Amino acid sequence: MANLKTQEKTKAQSMGLHTETLTGKTQQKFFNPDEAENFFYWGTHDVDFNKRTELDVKEMDCITANKEIDNLMSQGFGTIVIKNPQGKHSLGVGILNKLNLIFEGSLGYFGVGSIDGPVVRINGRVGWSCAENMMAGKVVIEKNAGSCFGAAIRGGDLICKGSVGARTGIDQKGGTIIIGGDAGAFTGFMMQRGRIIILGDVGINLGDSMYDGTLYIGGKIGSFGSDAVESPMTKSDIDWIERKLKVAEIGQGFDISKITKVVSGKKLWNYDALEPTEKKGAI
Amino acid sequence: MCGIAGLIHRGKSSNVGSELQGMLQALKHRGEDSTGYALYGDTDGKNFIMRFKVGENVGEGSSSIMEDVSVYDERKKIVDQHIAEIGAKVIKEERILPYSLRYEIEYEANDLLDFSQKVESIPGVEILSMGKSLEVIKDLGNAKVVCDRYNLDKLVGTHAIGHARMATESGVDIKSAHPFWGYPFSDVSVVHNGQLTNYWNNRRMLENKGMRFMSECDSELIAVYLAEKMRNGATLEEGMKESLTGLDGVFTYFVATKDSLGMAKDTMAAKPLVLYESDDLVAMGSEEIAIRSVLPQEIDTYDPFDGMVKVWQI
Repeated sequence: MANLKTQEKTKAQSMGLHTETLTGKTQQKFFNPDEAENFFYWGTHDVDFNKRTELDVKEMDCITANKEIDNLMSQGFGTIVIKNPQGKHSLGVGILNKLNLIFEGSLGYFGVGSIDGPVVRINGRVGWSCAENMMAGKVVIEKNAGSCFGAAIRGGDLICKGSVGARTGIDQKGGTIIIGGDAGAFTGFMMQRGRIIILGDVGINLGDSMYDGTLYIGGKIGSFGSDAVESPMTKSDIDWIERKLKVAEIGQGFDISKITKVVSGKKLWNYDALEPTEKKGAI
Repeated sequence: MCGIAGLIHRGKSSNVGSELQGMLQALKHRGEDSTGYALYGDTDGKNFIMRFKVGENVGEGSSSIMEDVSVYDERKKIVDQHIAEIGAKVIKEERILPYSLRYEIEYEANDLLDFSQKVESIPGVEILSMGKSLEVIKDLGNAKVVCDRYNLDKLVGTHAIGHARMATESGVDIKSAHPFWGYPFSDVSVVHNGQLTNYWNNRRMLENKGMRFMSECDSELIAVYLAEKMRNGATLEEGMKESLTGLDGVFTYFVATKDSLGMAKDTMAAKPLVLYESDDLVAMGSEEIAIRSVLPQEIDTYDPFDGMVKVWQI
């Protein structure tokens, strides 16, 4: 954000962008810190982490279980332990406030999707599309995960200590995904931003059609996907990975020098390699 | 969408009818147009068990028509005649529903091609399965409905595969329901979740080689494809590995024989599968909740990777 204070035009501005005057209905909003107290995030609760409770969902369907979690948060419980999830789908979705959420067992599809802030620990396995569209927070899975792990996440740390299926980080837009084991085919497929660390092997078509973002692979690579290319590791990469692995509680003693860094070759679309006039024409 | 489930007990028998019913019922949200079971029961192995139908149960989009029961009776009589003509003997017969029958047959030949062709030469008659252990039961409705209708919950055996179907590629009827028998091989059955995009090319090629198709369901191709490979000397596992390149599309499928159970997943890994393996039990399904119906305690499961083929023995 350093360029906000500079008087020089940014590259985009010099191309004629961001200078138009918006009229009529627009989605553009500007946050004013002076009005922070008027800011209201619908569906959130003030919770106390020291206030702890347990919820057995064995006999509940996912809608009832999620409503009950919401109800507990509204009562101020900041640490909630879910018993007997037994592979049910869509548990723990849409939590938009700080919370310690612990699942004593495995989740099915779409577990803890669209969350913004909670710290989640799953002492089991998760099915397809875990933490899809996650915006912030931390999710730790103790066992394996299914395909589409962390699909389209925007932020936060998503950690699986075991292995994951195919298309991990598909359409990822931010945040960090860290895998202690192996990953399947099409890891990082069409990712746009953010970073993925895989300590084990990955399958075929790694980073296929990725727009941006970075993949760090500790093991063997099945094959590179379209426009995914190897890039040299820098010291800041190594420092960042060391820090992240510590946060993720995995990879102790892992030899980071073995890691292959993979980024987008940016040949599929009109990226910065284009001349400004060409880019303007393309836009 | 469809859901598939399977399990194999290693070194012992169990109530596989009830167990598979629980697994498939847990997947009913993936489709309940029809449900099918391929159960490998404990038998003395002397006689063949033939499950067959002499008419259809018809739902939406089917090209079949409902017929009068008298038509079924007439077809059954001709089936009996043909079985006698080919030198086989019906030891026991059960008519579970007007259109669905189960025969125990004494038949010395190992090659079931002549037998099957003779029986299926009768219009409207289809053998759902034939083998010394295998019984394929499939009909419209969810897993519980079909289980109750055919009294499957007491069946004891070693392994089973099943399918909960949401009809997409073909009509809602029994002929398009899974599992498919690996005609004309004794005790071979297949269930599939996915879509095959080179169905017609493969079907034309296999029909030219004399293979038989009973429906227009793309999943039937897998059974016929594997049967043709085995006819040419390939082992089941070899045939399954060849299918990863021979079949185009997205698929996860299970195949079972008298003493084994296998799974294959396409190279895109586009269709789901969760797998649990231990020394005495392998259970797998499209979703973990299917496995949880037989193993409610906390267990370690995983998603097989793309292009994976695995086969387990009883």
